[in-house]
This record gives sequence, C-alpha cells and structure tokens, in this order.
Amino acid sequence: MESIKVNQSIKNNNDFIEKISIESGQPVQQCYQCGKCTAGCPVAFAMDYTPNQIMRMVQFGMKEELLRSKAIWLCATCQTCTTRCPCNIELTKVMESLRIMADKEGTTPSGSAKNIKTFYDSFVGTIEKYGRAFEVAAMLQYNLNSKHFFNKAALGLPMLQKGKLKLSPSKVKNGSEIARIFSEVRRMEGEGE
Amino acid sequence: MRYAYYPGCSSDTTGKEYEATVRIVCKNLGIELVDIPDWSCCGATAAHGKSHLLNTALPARNLALAEEMGLDVVTPCAACYQQLATANKEMKENQQIAEKVNQATGKNYQGTIKVKSIVEVIGSLEPDIIKAQMVKPLKGLKIAAYYGCLMVRPPSVTGFDDAENPMFLDNLMRLAGAETMDWPHKTECCGGALQVSNEHIVVKLLDKIYKEALKSGANCMVAACPLCHFNLDGCQSTCNRLLGTTYEIPIFYFTQLLGLAMGLNQQELQFNSHFTDTRKVLKLVG
Amino acid sequence: MKRIGLFVCWCGSNIGGVVDVPRAVQEAGNFPGVAYATDYKYMCSEPGQDMIVKAIEEHNLDRVVVASCTPMLHEPTFRKTIARAGLNPYMFEMANIREQCSWVHSQEPEKATKKAIALIRRALAKVSKVEPLFESYIPLTKRTLVIGGGIAGIQAAIDIADNGHEVILLEREPTIGGKMVKLDKTFPTMDCSACISTPKMVQVAQHPNVKLMTYAELTEVNGYIGNFEVTIKQKARYVDHSVCTGCGICTEKCPTKVLSSYELGLGTRKAIYIEFPQAVPNKPVIDPENCRYLKTGKCGVCAKVCPTGAIDFEQKDEFITEKVGSIVVATGYDLFKWEEVYGEYGYGRYKDVITGLHFERMVNASGPTDGKIKRPSDGKEPKSVVFIKCVGSRDENKGKTYCSRACCMYTAKHAHQVLEKIPDSNAYIFYMDIRTPGKLYDEFYRRTALEGAQYIRGRVSKVYQSGDKLVVMGTDTLLGRPVQVEADMVVLATAMVPSEGADKTAQLVGISADKDGFFTEAHPKLRPVETMTGGVFLAGTCQGPKDIPDTVSQSSGAAAKVSALLSKDELATDPMISSINEKICSGCLACKAVCPYKAIEEKKISEKVRGKVVERVVASVNTGLCQGCGCCTVACRIGAANLKGYTNEQVIAEVDALCL
Repeated sequence: MESIKVNQSIKNNNDFIEKISIESGQPVQQCYQCGKCTAGCPVAFAMDYTPNQIMRMVQFGMKEELLRSKAIWLCATCQTCTTRCPCNIELTKVMESLRIMADKEGTTPSGSAKNIKTFYDSFVGTIEKYGRAFEVAAMLQYNLNSKHFFNKAALGLPMLQKGKLKLSPSKVKNGSEIARIFSEVRRMEGEGE
Repeated sequence: MRYAYYPGCSSDTTGKEYEATVRIVCKNLGIELVDIPDWSCCGATAAHGKSHLLNTALPARNLALAEEMGLDVVTPCAACYQQLATANKEMKENQQIAEKVNQATGKNYQGTIKVKSIVEVIGSLEPDIIKAQMVKPLKGLKIAAYYGCLMVRPPSVTGFDDAENPMFLDNLMRLAGAETMDWPHKTECCGGALQVSNEHIVVKLLDKIYKEALKSGANCMVAACPLCHFNLDGCQSTCNRLLGTTYEIPIFYFTQLLGLAMGLNQQELQFNSHFTDTRKVLKLVG
Repeated sequence: MKRIGLFVCWCGSNIGGVVDVPRAVQEAGNFPGVAYATDYKYMCSEPGQDMIVKAIEEHNLDRVVVASCTPMLHEPTFRKTIARAGLNPYMFEMANIREQCSWVHSQEPEKATKKAIALIRRALAKVSKVEPLFESYIPLTKRTLVIGGGIAGIQAAIDIADNGHEVILLEREPTIGGKMVKLDKTFPTMDCSACISTPKMVQVAQHPNVKLMTYAELTEVNGYIGNFEVTIKQKARYVDHSVCTGCGICTEKCPTKVLSSYELGLGTRKAIYIEFPQAVPNKPVIDPENCRYLKTGKCGVCAKVCPTGAIDFEQKDEFITEKVGSIVVATGYDLFKWEEVYGEYGYGRYKDVITGLHFERMVNASGPTDGKIKRPSDGKEPKSVVFIKCVGSRDENKGKTYCSRACCMYTAKHAHQVLEKIPDSNAYIFYMDIRTPGKLYDEFYRRTALEGAQYIRGRVSKVYQSGDKLVVMGTDTLLGRPVQVEADMVVLATAMVPSEGADKTAQLVGISADKDGFFTEAHPKLRPVETMTGGVFLAGTCQGPKDIPDTVSQSSGAAAKVSALLSKDELATDPMISSINEKICSGCLACKAVCPYKAIEEKKISEKVRGKVVERVVASVNTGLCQGCGCCTVACRIGAANLKGYTNEQVIAEVDALCL
C-alpha cells in the first residue's frame, strides 16, 4: 500500500474533484467521514471500498482507484445513505456521477461489478430500440455478454407459463421521439454540454 | 379524482397482477386512471448508470405528455415513481437541466404537474370511502408491510410518508381488516436492481428481510412495487436454494388484498401467478 | 470656532490592508473644521490613546473623530480617552470603517477607500454639531433576581449573597437543584453529584440574604438596569409551607400514583409529593392535575392525616411584585427530543433505547431502580450495552449543528459504570470524535478504554428490535467495514438544547437568543456573562452547552458582574435622552402615546403672550425613565422632541454630508 502524496493527489486531480462535485451537485468536501452511510448500506458487505471510503477517495482525487472500483457499481441506489447523511450529502448522486464517468471513460470494473454494467447496457439497449424495456431481450443480451448463459434460466419457463414474460416487445408508437432523446443526449454530452 | 396513469414496463409482464388489481381497485374507489398515450420507459434502475441527462430525459418525456393532458401523474411501480418524481423535481428546480432535457425530448415541459405513488393516492382517501368497499375483512392475515427503499426515500423527493417507519400501507391493510406487524425492515433494500447480475448478494438481503418479517409474527408480506414483488416472491426459492433456508412467505400486492377485501374472486386477483404458494395463508381469511 | 481632531486607525491590516489609510487621512483632513488629522496602527492601544490626548492638548482640539472599528467595541474606550484630556466625553464621534467597510469590501480596495472617506465625512459633519452632554444619576435597587435554581443559579445566588446583596432565587419546579442533582456521579472525579450539590442547595436556602421562591414563575418584567420591576406568580402549592414540617405522612397516605416526570417516566410519585428525598425546600406540593380532591372533591386524606393542618385546598396562585436592580438568567437545558426525528433509532418505540439522562436516573442509588442498571422492557440486567454519541448533535440534516460538549465525557463515564456494576458486561461506544478538553478529562476517557470500553469509530445508521435484542448497524471507518452489534440496551447521547420555555423567558426579560435558542452573550470571547441588555446577565447552559466546572465558573463570573453593578450607590444614566423644546411644543402629546418607557408626562406651563399670561400643556421628559430610544422624536410633527446626541440637526448634517 503506497503512501499517498497528498499535495500531488489533490492538485493533479483537482479537475476531477471539481467535475464530480459539479455533476453530482454535492459539496463533497463537507463530508466529515462519520460513516453513517456505510453503516446503513445494504450491500456494503460486498463492496471493495465502503461508501464513506468512496467519499474520502473523491476528496483526495483518487480518480483511478474510484473508476476501477466495484463499489460504485454495486450501489443499488436504495437512498439509505442519502436519507440519513447528517451533512445532507446525496451520496447516491455522487455514486451515479462516478458510475457514469467510469462508463464514459471505458473503465471496466472487475468481477461481479462488470456484470452489473453489462446488465445496465443490455437493459438500456432495449429502451433505445423499443421505447419500452423488453425484458426477454435484455436478459438474453445480458446472458450472452456476461457469459452466464443459463442465468435465471430456471425462472424463464415458469414466468412464461404465468404470463409474466412476453416474447415480443411492447413498442412505443412514436419511436422517433425515443431515438431523438438518445441521439440528442449523445450529441449534447459529446459536445461537452 | 382523475390522474394521468403511468403503468410502467412491467405492467404487462412481471407485474401483470399488480396492474390488473390496481385498475379494479381504483375503479371501485372512484379514482379515474387515464393512461398516458404512448408512454415510454422511465429508465428504471438502469439508465442512471449511463448518463444523468438520459436518466432525466426518459421520464421527462412522460411528464410532458401528462402535462399536455393537464393531469397529475400516478404510477404503481416504486422505481418508476422515484424516476418520475426525481426528474420532476429537477425539471422544476434546475433551469439548466430543464432546458437540456426539453431539447433532448423535443417537448416543452413546464413543471406544472405533480407525480404521486398509487399508495399515496389510495392511502389519502377518506377512510370511510375505503371502508365502504370492504365486504370481506381479512381477519387471520398478519401482514409485514414492505415498502421497499424507493417509495418513501429520500424525503425531499417522495415525502408523503415517513421515511423510517411509513404507515400508509399498514393503514390500508388495517382498513381491510388485517393485522399489521410493527417490524423494522419496512424500507430495507431488497437488492432488486442487482437481481439479475448478482444473485448471491441479493439473497443475503432477502434473507434479512424474511427473517425479521417472520420474527415479528407475520404470516405474509405485502408489497407495492413489481420489482420488489418479483424479487421477494420470485427469488424466494433461489434464496432457499443458495442459503439453505426454508422460507414459505406469500408476498401479496396490496391491491390484491384490497381487492380480496372488496369481494373480488381469486381469478380476478391472479394469486396463482405468484411463485410462492398463497393458498395456505388465504385459507386463514374467514 | 470648531477644532476637530481626526484619527484614522489601521487596526493592523484589518483596515489598513484594504483601505488606503494615508489617502483617507489626506483627503478627509481637508474637510472643513479639521484642525489636525493623523493615523496610527492601533488607535485603541495605550500609545494610540496617548497620541489622542497629546494632540488635543497641543492643537487645542475641542472635539474628536476616530475612524476605526464599531462603536459597540470602543466608543466607551475613546470617550474615556478624551475625558482624560479634559474634554467632555460626548464631544466625540466614531466612523466604523472596519465592520462596515474594510471587512465587508475586502475584495474592492478602491471602492472601500472611497466609502471610508464618505463615512469619515459623515462623522465629521455630525461631530461639528455636537454639544457637551452630562450624565445624571439615579438610585438603584441593590437586589438581584436569579431566574433558575439549578447549579448555575444556586452558585450565582450564593456568590452575590456573600457579597452582601439581596437575592431572589426563582425556580419553577417545587425544588431547586436542576439537572445536576438528578445525576449520579460527575466526571472526571466521579464525585457523587447529590453529595456535592445538596450542600450548596442547603447553603443557598439558608443564606440570610437569599429569598428562595420555588414553584414560582416569572410573568412580567418592567423597567431597566438598576430599576427593574418584576412580577412573579407563586403557584398554589395547596400546602402551607410555614406550617408544614416535612414529615411526609401525606405522601405515604395519598392514594394517587402518577408517572414521575422527574424520574423521566421510569418511576412514580403521588399526587402530593416531594420530588426527591433531598429536595429543598423539603416540603410537598399538590399536583392539581392529578389530585382527587381538587378534581372531584373526593378524598382529602392528606388533610386528615397532616399533624399540623398544613394542607390548604383553598390556596390560590399569588402574584408578587418585586423591585430588583439586576437579573441573572440561569434557566438551564433540556435534552433534544430525539424520538420525534430519529426514526432510524426507533422513534422511541423500543423501550430499551434510552437517553443518557435516563441512564443517570437508573444508576443513581436514590433513583427509580435503586441504582441497578436494568432494561426498561423486562427489568433484566443488560450484558451488552451500546452507546451512540452525537444523536442530534453535529447533524445538519435533522438535528442541531453544534457539538453538545459534555456527551463524550459522560458517555465514557457511563461505559465505566456499566463495566464496574455489571459483571461480564460489554460496553461499545460508537463515536465520531472524542472531545475531552478539560483538566484530567483525556486521562479519564483513556482509563475507560483500558478498562474494556470498546470504542468504535463510526456513526450508527440504524437500531432495531429483533426478538428481545436490539441490533445496532454501525461501522468502523478506521477498518473500513460495516459493523453489527447485538445489544441488550442502547444509550443515546442526545443533544443539549435550551430548556423548555427559554424563548418566553427571553421575551419577558428582553434579551436575544441565537438560532438554536441559546441566549446571546454581549461578546462571545470578551463578555461571556453579559447580555446586550443592561443589567441582565447569563450563567450556565442557557447560554450554550457546557459541563459543570464551566457552569460554576460562569455563574461566579456573572455574580462578579452583578456585584460590580451593585457596588455603586447611584447609576449614571445615559445622557443621550430626549428633551422637549417647550417653545414649539404644541402639547399634542403624540410622543407620550408612543413612549415605551412611560417616560413622558404632561406639564402645564405659563407664558406671556402679548402681555397676557397664558397657560398651556406641553410634554415633559422624565430624565430618570427615558432610555433614549427616539420614538418620540419620530412621532413629534414639529420637531420639538429632540434626542440629545442624535438631534435632528445632527442627523440632517450627516445626511447632507453623504448625499450632497
């Protein structure tokens, strides 16, 4: 475990710290590391860095470690931390900004976190195509990409039998409006808006 | 009472019995649901991992459609509610984001409507209106009401019920004649968002919830979100398989139980489309 | 011919770092009337003041302007300075170019300098019009009212009484002692609290200079420093204390039991009761809300068994007026109502989640459990106790933003008591920091850690009941892991807030409170026991969270200030009061209607008009009562009412200086 060169860490990554602060809209420097977020986080036990450690790393500008972490993907956005934080910091939003930055910069998280990203991609992929989530396609896409070919397979048949799965998608009529949203978002974000 | 109704993508799949019973119960209680024409996915628990702008624009499209109808939005799914309500708050409070989002959706949402959860709408009715419909009290049911993590938190976005010990569902179930338990995990996350990719984590969360529900003396649970329901109901067997537990707790949608108390028959209520067996517990109801 | 001396201060770099002081001196020095202008680094220091005195003598100055900080800080200082040089102290004006200029415009030095010069110009215009003013003297009442009979009030009362002055010690509960007497042991010495406070309680009750009024409340305050008139409601006790011997038979025989708020709901008392065995006065009162006789006319057993016939059901509340010269406010604290906001700890639904004060009552040998630490739910001894600090403190989200100062120490004390009293027990303390600033404090806390108290650094997210155990979901941020503890009892160190009704007391007495309701001191560092209202002083936790040593120090400090005030035989009154120009006063008496101090009276004067003697009514100011608020000058349409020191002519001169 290397010693952190604090002057450099904060100075060289000031842009990163600022970017996360602005994108999440949260005053990350105000976190006084009480740990209440970690104490209440339902998935903290599975994380590589606990939520308060994530905040600490943001304060120190440790960009690489953050974007590579599993924690930011394991976050289930359950809002427990946000609801109870005594400094009024919406930690969920900070996690969100880190996730998005990792996604944009192409940083792949390791292990089980990678599958989460794969699932988000598959799911959003069906929204883009059909305007509504198409679970079967999302699941198949996920299984393929994550190489968990038989993930949830046991549930598949019973769900079909109970009418809880549809083999064809429900589509939005004005598909162009959906396509517009995706393309406009890509354009605006590509132009750094 | 008229509302712009946002069914959500699971309304015709994993949440189909919820969708059906929401409509019947609302009709009986005089709540008119007008479907938002050509509504689209709110982004659910996935879009927040791709882009903040996308995550706001997807629900905002539906808000704009509802605004054109001149009605407040009501939705039965807690995740959709969180998405729509959060987007609504941001569109109202952050002009910069609002402009970008309207540019992306091509619509001009002005921020004049509200977003409500179906639980809030039904739960805010005068108790007498609901009592008048209760013909078959659900005596014998001991319910641990599960609200899930997104319906009442954070208070700045949701705000209609207490974030630590909510009571809306409990009160409705009591009006239906059931007993509700005071238990501590009403809002503990079940891990629904991670269900597909990380079963082994989710079952640990489920285990905690089932354990406390049983400890409180409950013989069943009630949910108000298709994601939570699918997780608690559909993955109960997975939990038993992976952790060696023997849970057999039926999970009902609260509208199914309201419907049962209203005298609807089992077919209308679609209990057989659950994964966990509901018959034993339903026999307890007089 | 006016000869004004202008002295501009640098105040180190506070003013000099923003305002171009030499330029201000140069430009302002050219204004009409300025006979001498100079600057200095610290005008309020001794060399600075001597400079002023010398300049007055050398240059024959007859009035002075000092451009420096706020008059609230140094106007009295400089008035004394020019008085030393032989000038009337009111031939003086200050221009505030610090708080109102350099401190708020530090990013714009050019504009700040221009503003400073304008402010100086105003002061010069004003001082050109001032006239010598002379104080008059009024008698003062050498008696003090101490509001609050906790340790703060008791200490202040003892000190003032020892100094030879009369004290009225007012307490709204049936007994004095406050919160301190409820405690078991006090840190860091582990002295028994009752053992050290009850002697003081007796001392103050028996002091010849102290009039103890318990079960009584303040209802009105009129007047001003040296001459307050206060109205006190003596609540009906229904027991004649002059006849009662305190034998206690009535309390034994009374058939009605109610939950005792003194025991925080952990124990009971009767409808006729003495709060605790060492209460002062050690005589009972009857609670009219629960007494059967007072409510229904049935019972009256106490009256039947009382050997001296002290029970008097006909007693009524009595209103007593007293004259005092000074007031010490010592109303103490209450605990933050955590059950109303901390749902994550159960909203008070879990019986075994209690506050530190509950714990104190339990562990107190004369408490409701005879000193045994028991779970309120089933009475069993807890084997593992979790302490959670900062509940309601340091919480911007739903609590108070401040630190409550005493909790780190009393939590350490409680942990020590658990380990000492319960064999094979465990004490876990969840903390954010450990604040031990006092003498022997850190050593005390370190000892508890060595004894086995397990300190875990991290705040607790949730506590819930699972079967008959409480599950505590916490974290150890030092290890970076979530942590879970199964506890038999959880003790919350809750925030200290001003006691119930403090806001009403502030209104009655006329003092201000901060955003959290704590009374505001005149200056946070240099005047911690005075308020901005003359004659009113503060002592104890009503001014801010603190522990017992600090409370007692502050009380003695307040007593010293009171004694200084009462050491005079007369009070100099502020000469900046209103005066009526009888020549132009029309006698409409609009001024009398608006005067908040009832200081204006009707006066009949006779004048000769065209040879005839005419009698008419004019207004007249009672110089003893007038406080110089200026309301009359505003109400007077002709301008006959003028405030000395802020005359109409002076104010218009200031306006002209700034605007023309």
